[in-house]
Amino acid sequence: MLLGRVIGTVVPAMVVDEISATPLLWVQPLDRDGRPEGKPLVCADGTRMAGPGQMIYWVASREAALTLDPWFVPIDDAIVGLVDDVRLYPPEDGL
Amino acid sequence: MILGRVSGSVVSTIHHRIVDGHKLLVAERLDQAGRPTGGYVIALDAIGAGKGETVLILDEGNGARQILDDASAPVRSIVVGIVDAVEVEPN
Repeated sequence: MLLGRVIGTVVPAMVVDEISATPLLWVQPLDRDGRPEGKPLVCADGTRMAGPGQMIYWVASREAALTLDPWFVPIDDAIVGLVDDVRLYPPEDGL
Repeated sequence: MILGRVSGSVVSTIHHRIVDGHKLLVAERLDQAGRPTGGYVIALDAIGAGKGETVLILDEGNGARQILDDASAPVRSIVVGIVDAVEVEPN
């Protein structure tokens, strides 16, 4: 799983039936310090609670397809949870 | 599997049910010399790893689902061991 930030909402005009009820969000992947890293991607929102500005963690591929209920839908990135806080240990502690 | 070093944790109250009761760790990926490569992964903790420890991370979905005993778990990375030492043969 990796961190990301929701940067927008995707409203499809037409999608396949399997994902017609799935919220789709535009997500910018982040590095561990919260800086943008890589290109934005569209994630299905398994929590159904994420919105623009929210930090989240997401999975790709087969794991993404398992995030939603009902599971095994044709998606390749999905939000698993919302991030309240990332607590990084201070580097002087021997890291 | 990959080697990582626990450098933090993620606090999450709203998440998929499979995350309930598990700690989410931020782990730095390590290179051959044990230095962070710059990459990271957020992994579920199955073993009780803590701050600064070098850990063995299973980074594959089917294995992770086997450990969680749940065929529908949307989890790929899971900490499955704490590493005492890594010996590298000198070239």
